[in-house]
Amino acid sequence: MDWLGPEEWQAVALSLKVSFWATLLSVPFGLLCALALARGRFFGRDMLNWLVHLPLVLPPVVTGYLLLLSFGRRGPVGAFLDDTFGITLAFQWTGAALAAAIMAFPLMVRAMRLAIEAVDPKLEEAAATLGASRFKVFTTVTLPLILPGVIAGAVLAFAKAMGEFGATITFVSNIPGETRTVPSAIYAFLQVPGGETAALRLVAVAVAIAIGALILSEWLSRRVAKRISGA
Amino acid sequence: MTLSVDIARDLGGFRLETQFDAPDGVTVLFGRSGSGKSSVVKSVAGLLTPDRGRVRLGDRTLFDTRTRTNVPVHKRRLGYVFQDSRLFPHLNVRDNLCYTARVTGRGSRRPEDVGDLLGISHLLDRKTHALSGGEAQRVAIGRALLSQPDMLLMDEPLASLDGPRKAEILPYLETLRRETGLSILYVTHNMAEVARLATHIVLLENGCVVRSGAPSELLTDPDMVRVLGVRDAGAVLSAKVVAQPEDGISELLVSAGRLFLPAIDAPVGAELRVRILAQDVMLSATRPAGLSALNILPVQVLALRRGDGPGVIVQLQAGQDRLLARVTRRSADAMGLAPGTACYAVMKSVAVSPTDIAVGLQSGL
Repeated sequence: MDWLGPEEWQAVALSLKVSFWATLLSVPFGLLCALALARGRFFGRDMLNWLVHLPLVLPPVVTGYLLLLSFGRRGPVGAFLDDTFGITLAFQWTGAALAAAIMAFPLMVRAMRLAIEAVDPKLEEAAATLGASRFKVFTTVTLPLILPGVIAGAVLAFAKAMGEFGATITFVSNIPGETRTVPSAIYAFLQVPGGETAALRLVAVAVAIAIGALILSEWLSRRVAKRISGA
Repeated sequence: MTLSVDIARDLGGFRLETQFDAPDGVTVLFGRSGSGKSSVVKSVAGLLTPDRGRVRLGDRTLFDTRTRTNVPVHKRRLGYVFQDSRLFPHLNVRDNLCYTARVTGRGSRRPEDVGDLLGISHLLDRKTHALSGGEAQRVAIGRALLSQPDMLLMDEPLASLDGPRKAEILPYLETLRRETGLSILYVTHNMAEVARLATHIVLLENGCVVRSGAPSELLTDPDMVRVLGVRDAGAVLSAKVVAQPEDGISELLVSAGRLFLPAIDAPVGAELRVRILAQDVMLSATRPAGLSALNILPVQVLALRRGDGPGVIVQLQAGQDRLLARVTRRSADAMGLAPGTACYAVMKSVAVSPTDIAVGLQSGL
């Protein structure tokens, strides 16, 4: 990739790292939330739904600032993490991953929830009569049927994480090599004279990744539909 | 293994209050749609929780509100065949059949065990979407059998199939009854299925058991005609094939004499059950001569039941068996029919449809 300068390459690599960890760590939580929202009948279900979708409607700057308030070194959660585990998130790439994960979470949960709702509960009933415990029903019937949907949700979340800007820059700033992801780098290049070509190269990378993710996610969604209809 | 059910549950529209025993053999839970049949089976399987009561299978208590016992669905060891086959779309036929063995370790890993019995040996490597409705349902039955259940629950297993597909599966169910010796609780509102499969009948109306007993007794009770429907009323006789002459009319022996029915596909000596509809039976005061109908049995009137319409249902003793005849009120009066009257029951040979003949009768019908 020698058509990318070292600074640009650094931004792309950092974006991939941030998005990868943001996606990987949020999949289990996303799946739990999707299951709870699709199947759960509990008090506070609406509240959970509302909370999961909040980052989608809040201005990203607001989300970033709220993250800074709570996860910053003096924030209640940030201070706790710092004192007990020695983990700091503010102005670190880990903080960028947290911001990306939270911003991508609604998309991921939505895709997974749709896949779960497409599974006929009658199949799970049948599995139970055949001797499968609830856990076995999930691992041998529900999960195989929703797996393409789960992966599609993860791909979408990855793409969204790659593009996260507002919350990231508010929460962890724009430090080259630490928190300067592709969108932040594009923004930075546009602030200096003569940075347009570098910015354009990064734009091309961002567009390619976004389109690739959309195509992959579409293809996987079609597979889940096919699998459930038995074709 | 006897299933003993005594449950109550509020079902919104009405109250289910059902108590019955299902002995060895095929117990048919019969009733109109909305009578609560499915709710009863679901409660037995644990898919529905009754408000109170108990369910016992052999010496195992599956549900009891007094002792707060409620064995979870997956530990009840009951094979459940649903109306829709509910095969797992992500597994092929073989993996569907071996699901229980794959997931729990109990159950059979050898689909060949049921392949021949259900005629699905050639389908093992197919995907489930490539199966016809009848094939899918046979695989579903095989899957339930291979889970090696203590009892099989079948909730209208043929209801979603069309006529020819039903006819295709019924013989397999008869083989199943004969060869596995597994107790079956079978839900249906189809009289033909009752006549061919039942060894015990439980009649359900508005969530309550109205009657229960052996088919020979229950199906020929004139009082049951109201519940079963006039068109479906009819007796089930046990018969034995005594001759298969070349003209294609099989000769059967029943307790009252001989019956001649068209081309029954069974060897001489085979035991059958034959369903004879009340509306196909005529009565004659003297032994008719010069009549095209081949089947003439001497009978004695046991009871008459007048309905609201112009018809009368006549219960007849025919040898050891009972028959039902449906005649008009006018003929009944003209013939002076009363309990004790001796007369002759007449039937056309072609009146008995092949779907009303079941090969392989269990003793004790």
